[in-house]
Amino acid sequence: MSLAIRNLNKSFGGIMASSDVNLDIEENETHAIVGPNGSGKTTLIAQLSGIIVPDSGTIHFNGVDITRAPSHRHAHIGLARSFQITSVIMPMTLVENVMMAAQSVSGHSFRFWRPISLERDLRERAMQYLEDVGLKDVSGSEARAVSHGQRRQLEIAMALALNPRLLLLDEPMAGMGKRESGRIVELLAGLKGKMTMVLVEHDMDAVFALADTASVLVDGSIIATGPAAEVRANPEVQRAYLGDLHA
Amino acid sequence: MDWQLLISQLLNGLQLGMLLFLLAAGLTLIFGIMDFINLSHGSFYMIGAFVCATLVERTGSLIASVVIAVVIVFGVGLLVERFVARKLYAHDHLDQVLVTFGLILIFDTLAHLIWGAAGMTIPLPAWLNGQIDIAGVIIPGYRVLIISAGLAVVVGLFFLVTRSRLGMLIRAGASNRTMVTALGVNIDRLYLVVFALGAALAGFAGMLIAPITEASIGMGNEIIIVAFVVVIVGGIGSIKGAFVSAILIGFIDTLGRSYLDDLLSLFLATRYAETAAPALSAMTIYILMASVLAFRPQGLFPPASSMR
Amino acid sequence: MKPSAPRRVSWGVYGTLFLFLLAAPPVLVWADQPFYMDLLTRVLILSIAASSLNLILGYGGMISLGHAAFVGLGAYSVAIPSYYGIYSGYLHLGIAIAACVLFALVTGAICLRTRGVYFIMITLAFAQMLYFTFVSLEEYGADDGLLIYQRSEFSGLLNLENPGVLYYLAMGVLAGCLGLMNRLIHSRFGRVIVGIRHNEPRMQSLGYNTYRYKLACYAISGAMAGISGFLLGNFTYFISPEMMDWTRSGELIFMVVLGGTGVLLAPVAGTAVFLLLEEILSAFTVYWHLLFGGFLIAIVLFGRGGLHGLVEKLERRNHSR
Ligand SMILES: Nc1ncnc2c1ncn2[C@@H]1O[C@H](COP(=O)(O)OP(=O)(O)OP(=O)(O)O)[C@@H](O)[C@H]1O
Ligand SMILES: [Mg+2]
Repeated sequence: MSLAIRNLNKSFGGIMASSDVNLDIEENETHAIVGPNGSGKTTLIAQLSGIIVPDSGTIHFNGVDITRAPSHRHAHIGLARSFQITSVIMPMTLVENVMMAAQSVSGHSFRFWRPISLERDLRERAMQYLEDVGLKDVSGSEARAVSHGQRRQLEIAMALALNPRLLLLDEPMAGMGKRESGRIVELLAGLKGKMTMVLVEHDMDAVFALADTASVLVDGSIIATGPAAEVRANPEVQRAYLGDLHA
Repeated sequence: MDWQLLISQLLNGLQLGMLLFLLAAGLTLIFGIMDFINLSHGSFYMIGAFVCATLVERTGSLIASVVIAVVIVFGVGLLVERFVARKLYAHDHLDQVLVTFGLILIFDTLAHLIWGAAGMTIPLPAWLNGQIDIAGVIIPGYRVLIISAGLAVVVGLFFLVTRSRLGMLIRAGASNRTMVTALGVNIDRLYLVVFALGAALAGFAGMLIAPITEASIGMGNEIIIVAFVVVIVGGIGSIKGAFVSAILIGFIDTLGRSYLDDLLSLFLATRYAETAAPALSAMTIYILMASVLAFRPQGLFPPASSMR
Repeated sequence: MKPSAPRRVSWGVYGTLFLFLLAAPPVLVWADQPFYMDLLTRVLILSIAASSLNLILGYGGMISLGHAAFVGLGAYSVAIPSYYGIYSGYLHLGIAIAACVLFALVTGAICLRTRGVYFIMITLAFAQMLYFTFVSLEEYGADDGLLIYQRSEFSGLLNLENPGVLYYLAMGVLAGCLGLMNRLIHSRFGRVIVGIRHNEPRMQSLGYNTYRYKLACYAISGAMAGISGFLLGNFTYFISPEMMDWTRSGELIFMVVLGGTGVLLAPVAGTAVFLLLEEILSAFTVYWHLLFGGFLIAIVLFGRGGLHGLVEKLERRNHSR
């Protein structure tokens, strides 16, 4: 078992953003979380990545309780995420952004003397990830100078550079052009089976092309979970969510 | 135990608490609502004292002078908001720190130009200069006036904040700025009024203290730091927090200064106690601040929604 | 628009400044101008303090309004041992660094948990705490401060009583600090600090315990400011709590911003211009603070990027012609 979530609850004032969420995700499985806007998907990801502390319940990752672990611990035990609202280091170049991630998981950073420019391997690894997400040509541009879609791609490269065993992706394709999102789907398809992935996504075609299993979140509760095809066919799901979307 | 001393120290603590509250009330609202750090808030304290001293000199009436001076400081607050502070809300905190630091230099020098390098005293009318004797404990009348005036403002402010439309906007603004904008309120005017109100309160505090200490250049620059501590301990944006922590800090500071050496000499040789006590009492309120922050990083009364 | 070309020209400006500072003492001694010699020494010493502030403020984005406390601690580390007849410079320097690192770690541990306005006010409050502590220490002169009758001794190695020696020592220390900072900024540690400044939550989710990095940076900066205080105490033969007053910290911030935040050498220029302006304006009128305050406000509202930004803009204009 890669991820085990038990009785998770989180409320904001009166809003139940997570309501008794139970979920198990197997090692190397790709799990999709779908649900209407405001249903609590991002809040769930935030709890898994240590940014929000749940009101009650537990989260275990590979048997380790990470419910209250600070967010900086996660990267080091193999848990990385991308943000729905792009969060990169704007005045740094794309390659510097990815290097920042690679640096984090290759030894400590209380090194004060040796210039980072001498650490060739960091740069090479960063360039590799940039190439994977299709950003090689703009690797020297500052993050604030590239397009929104390209920053979305950068998000993914940074998450990958942490070399995770569990990758949390919060709407990775949102805001990308058709060609880029196609490329990312391809990239993720290539990663499938090599690491556990939790994918929050509105693009149903992408979701069901990638996911092994899926859960549907409505008002903070999981109303259905199981193999992707079954979840898709579930009438309650069709009514509560998929129906609305395609209406 | 010397009861006379204890009671008079308690009153001193209360008095300091009131002054701190008057300073901190405006500061905390300006922080909370405008997210604006105003180092020059202490200048209003000084301006209040000088303007009032001048008016007393001219008119001879303390009450009338205070009323007019409060209006004048309110006006100065309006001007500072309109022509300086407003330009800075969108800037980062560093810019706000620098500009308001520049304002201090300007206000201090202007005071020097207008009122001269020496301070100004405010003579008390005879009816305030007396002593009140309550069951054998003698209390200076003016102390009682400061405390009652402070309390009156506290009560007035609480009514303003909890009962009026302006107060509703202030409370909403301190906890959630976007909501106030969404309500379609004229934000510029709200900020203007809050800023000037804060200035007037600080000015009033300066007027209250001037008869005891005299009005002098830079008089606000030290007490304002303590007012910052009050704001941090109380929780940014919270009037209630400012009040509770102002009184708390007023007491702790005053009592620390007068009783810490006795307390220490229980543990230490008198010689050491006498050296350590003043240093330690200078630190007490900061130690209090540090301990509050260790357990409640947002202060004692954080504003309802802690989005910021 | 490539920034690299103008930046290289700016090195020319700073190089000239360096040569000027290097050549100044013999010329000033020959011309018998001890006043200017003193002024330049002060520029060098305070440049160290301003540069150390630049490390946390310019690179790390931590707006400390209590930096003068470290300078004061450094100077008291000379004054207090001397008061007991201990003149060893090594010891003074050691105490200065140790005291500043300790103060930085203890206060930093608390204030770095907070951010924004809280951070500014708490650094301010802790510095003020130190100020009042020294004010209340009767033994060490309280308000009036302590005289330092004799400069720190570096047995046989350096004679600080000679103004030229002190000058070149200050210059060497400044160069050393700047060199160290330059390495630091381009190291792993420095990248993390800059990353935190721009997006702390992201750095956390990348796996950095940002608190520890900031605390380490704060302590390094504090130690550097302490060394500057050590030199300042020696230079002025005097220290009083006034040196720790929060308005002093405000002035340090002004020096950094005047030069240009986050640019290695800019605070040196900022300090030089600040002290020069102070000399000129204060000779001109007792009300010079009025002009000074106005200047400060103008810099913030109209002169973003400080002197460094200004030079860069001018050079860029020349280039495009
Ligand atoms: N920090 C917060 N404070 C208050 N309410 C919040 C906070 N974060 C989320 N919420 C609320 O919790 C609910 C769930 O939000 P969440 O962002 O998790 O939804 P989501 O499923 O990711 O939506 P979307 O598809 O729009 O990204 C929403 O009603 C939202 O308004
Ligand atoms: Mg979301």
